[in-house]
Amino acid sequence: MSIHRPVVIENGTLIDSATDREGAFDILVEGGRVAAIEKPGALKAHADAERIDAKGQWVIPGCIDLHVHLREPGEEWKETIQTGAEAAVLGGYTSICCMPNTKPANDSAEVTRFIIEKAKAAAAARVLPIGAISMERKGKQLAPYNELAKAGCVAFSDDGDPVADAGLMRRALEWCLMLGLPLSCHEEDRNLSCGGSMNESPLSLKLGLKGFPGVAEDVMIARDIELARFTKGKVHICHVSTARGIELIRRAKNDGINVTCEVAPHHLVLDEGCCAGYDTNCKMMPPLKGHEDIEGLFAGISDGTVDAIASDHAPHDRDSKLVEFSRATVGILGLQTSLPLFVELCSKGKVSRKRMVELLCHGPAKSFGLSSGTLRVGSDADITVLDPSVRWQFTSDDVRSKSKNSPFIGRELTGKAANVLVGGRRVVSNGALAG
Amino acid sequence: MVDHLLGIEGLSKSEIYRYLDTAQSFVEVSERDIKKVPTLRGKTVIHVFFEPSTRTLSSFDIAGKRLSADTINISSSSSSVKKGETLLDTVRTLESMNPDVLVMRHSESGSPHFAARHLSRASVVNAGDGAHEHPTQALLDLLTLRQHFEPKGLGLEGLKVGFIGDVRHSRVARSNIWAHLALGNDVRVVGPSTLVPHEFADSFGSGRVKVIHDLEQGLEGLDVVVCLRMQLERQDEHFIPNLDEYSKEYCVSERVLAKCCPQSVVLHPGPMNRGTEISGDVADGPRSLIRQQVNNGVAVRMAVLYLLARTAEPHEEYER
Repeated sequence: MSIHRPVVIENGTLIDSATDREGAFDILVEGGRVAAIEKPGALKAHADAERIDAKGQWVIPGCIDLHVHLREPGEEWKETIQTGAEAAVLGGYTSICCMPNTKPANDSAEVTRFIIEKAKAAAAARVLPIGAISMERKGKQLAPYNELAKAGCVAFSDDGDPVADAGLMRRALEWCLMLGLPLSCHEEDRNLSCGGSMNESPLSLKLGLKGFPGVAEDVMIARDIELARFTKGKVHICHVSTARGIELIRRAKNDGINVTCEVAPHHLVLDEGCCAGYDTNCKMMPPLKGHEDIEGLFAGISDGTVDAIASDHAPHDRDSKLVEFSRATVGILGLQTSLPLFVELCSKGKVSRKRMVELLCHGPAKSFGLSSGTLRVGSDADITVLDPSVRWQFTSDDVRSKSKNSPFIGRELTGKAANVLVGGRRVVSNGALAG
Repeated sequence: MVDHLLGIEGLSKSEIYRYLDTAQSFVEVSERDIKKVPTLRGKTVIHVFFEPSTRTLSSFDIAGKRLSADTINISSSSSSVKKGETLLDTVRTLESMNPDVLVMRHSESGSPHFAARHLSRASVVNAGDGAHEHPTQALLDLLTLRQHFEPKGLGLEGLKVGFIGDVRHSRVARSNIWAHLALGNDVRVVGPSTLVPHEFADSFGSGRVKVIHDLEQGLEGLDVVVCLRMQLERQDEHFIPNLDEYSKEYCVSERVLAKCCPQSVVLHPGPMNRGTEISGDVADGPRSLIRQQVNNGVAVRMAVLYLLARTAEPHEEYER
């Protein structure tokens, strides 16, 4: 990383769950790192420093997204590493972990290195690749974990294709325990989900859409918790969407099992009712749920069961959504809306702001064993300065991704990343990509 | 604003009666020697069927022709869908030829709604979408019931109606349930818990439908018994152990009807699996209205085409 001018972020409110700071602090960034954190006015004058006035704003560690899809290599018309990494920083994320469901899948060092090279050239968010659990994500043969880890993978996952073979899952956990890396699991028993395209409920019956029952997720969470207990390996549960799933994870944590989990913002702020008009931008996996499940997710957020918020950013081109509901692609954009949706939850009192920061920064870092997600003297200067009070309309022109599949387009959002530093370099300046 | 008929959900009682009254007035046309009126001369109706159909397609086609509309039938086996075209491209292509009505059947729920959202000029009629709705079937079932009950001094309201069998996969049941609820009738769904899950009770509004798993209990006191087609492949999807087991418990026979609801009449949307969901003695017996259902299909579809194709061209009123 090249040497940039020092940066002083002043007059803001620093919120960092890992150091338990919440109050007025000024920050000096030098040489890509946090050089000093002082009470207002206590920083020594740096005449040559670039100054960011964060008055009325929150200064938090750069947000980390454990679950994004960047589509490159293979589906560059949907998203590229460049556009995804830019969307990330505009949304306040300084690190994003990209799922291996590319074409080819990320099951070799070549693909991992390709992603890392592209991400360097993008010069926006840090991109941390997730390698496949099995070759081609087919669930038949273990991927070369050491090769992938050495090339830069931070976790392993078969993404949307859950590992059906419990025996393979066991060996994967055992192997990855040696590497100290987690397996990030999309939990779904395909014999139960049966191709369902929305939550199984009175509404799915009314609409005549095949239902995906919550238990399809729960039984796999239960299985992987037991495998984690048995192997002592590390399981990270992706996008938990059921109250029961949260309860299983809560108990597992109480039992001392090495398990973490994430929740996606759309599972908190949207419900299955959005599917009533067959809007394909409300089709995701796991599907949007009813109120009982949503309450269960919020309970997990309040009591600490949930470790991270992850966007499950899933760009899809317009054509693949402009079809029959059951045939439409699955997922929505998330990188530019997650932070504002959470700021809104904060302002409604559904989550405290310090807990929000924990879920977006230190929580995800801990889940994947990353050193980022906190601001201390000597940390990499990955910093997000966000304006928590700005209200703005999210339009398709705001979307940096190549795809526009978001049910939030047209919605008024609260809060926006104003300035973002990655390794001390200002990548977002006053809400826009820095030139 | 173009009118569509996408489902019975949301129709008011008076809208339902408007369809039925109009249909009744068309019944007579089919009984004439020359079965044709000039009502929709110069109108174009395209039937685009992405799923096979015999009775619905032929009944729509006859309806259009008896109203003097130009009708075209497109089926999935001959259409560009086979060549990989998307639904949207197919319906937009058809709309470019300026049809007044697009009658659509599709295996996926919500497809006609999707088409209607993206079309600007043609009216869309749902001729059955997945397991969602089949509104013209519900209307013809109501017309059949009305013709049966009216001579007895009764109407369509205050009835106890039961849907027996594979309700889960039935669009006929859903459209009929909405209609009977709009009319204020007592609605039950009856069948094994795999095909009639308890969540149905709340699918049409909280607790508006009664879910019963025992056949005799479900039939008790019904005025109208609607038997639903059992799709034979369901046993491979683990919804039933096998057809024998199913029919032993749920086949609607004259014996059980005589015992539980001796006054009832029986409907079946067809095609029937005799001996599986309905016994031959019921299908061919005195309480069966099944032939009248098919007969009324034409009148109901004439009414639907007439009401939509007319409202699509309001300026016609001024020219007269």
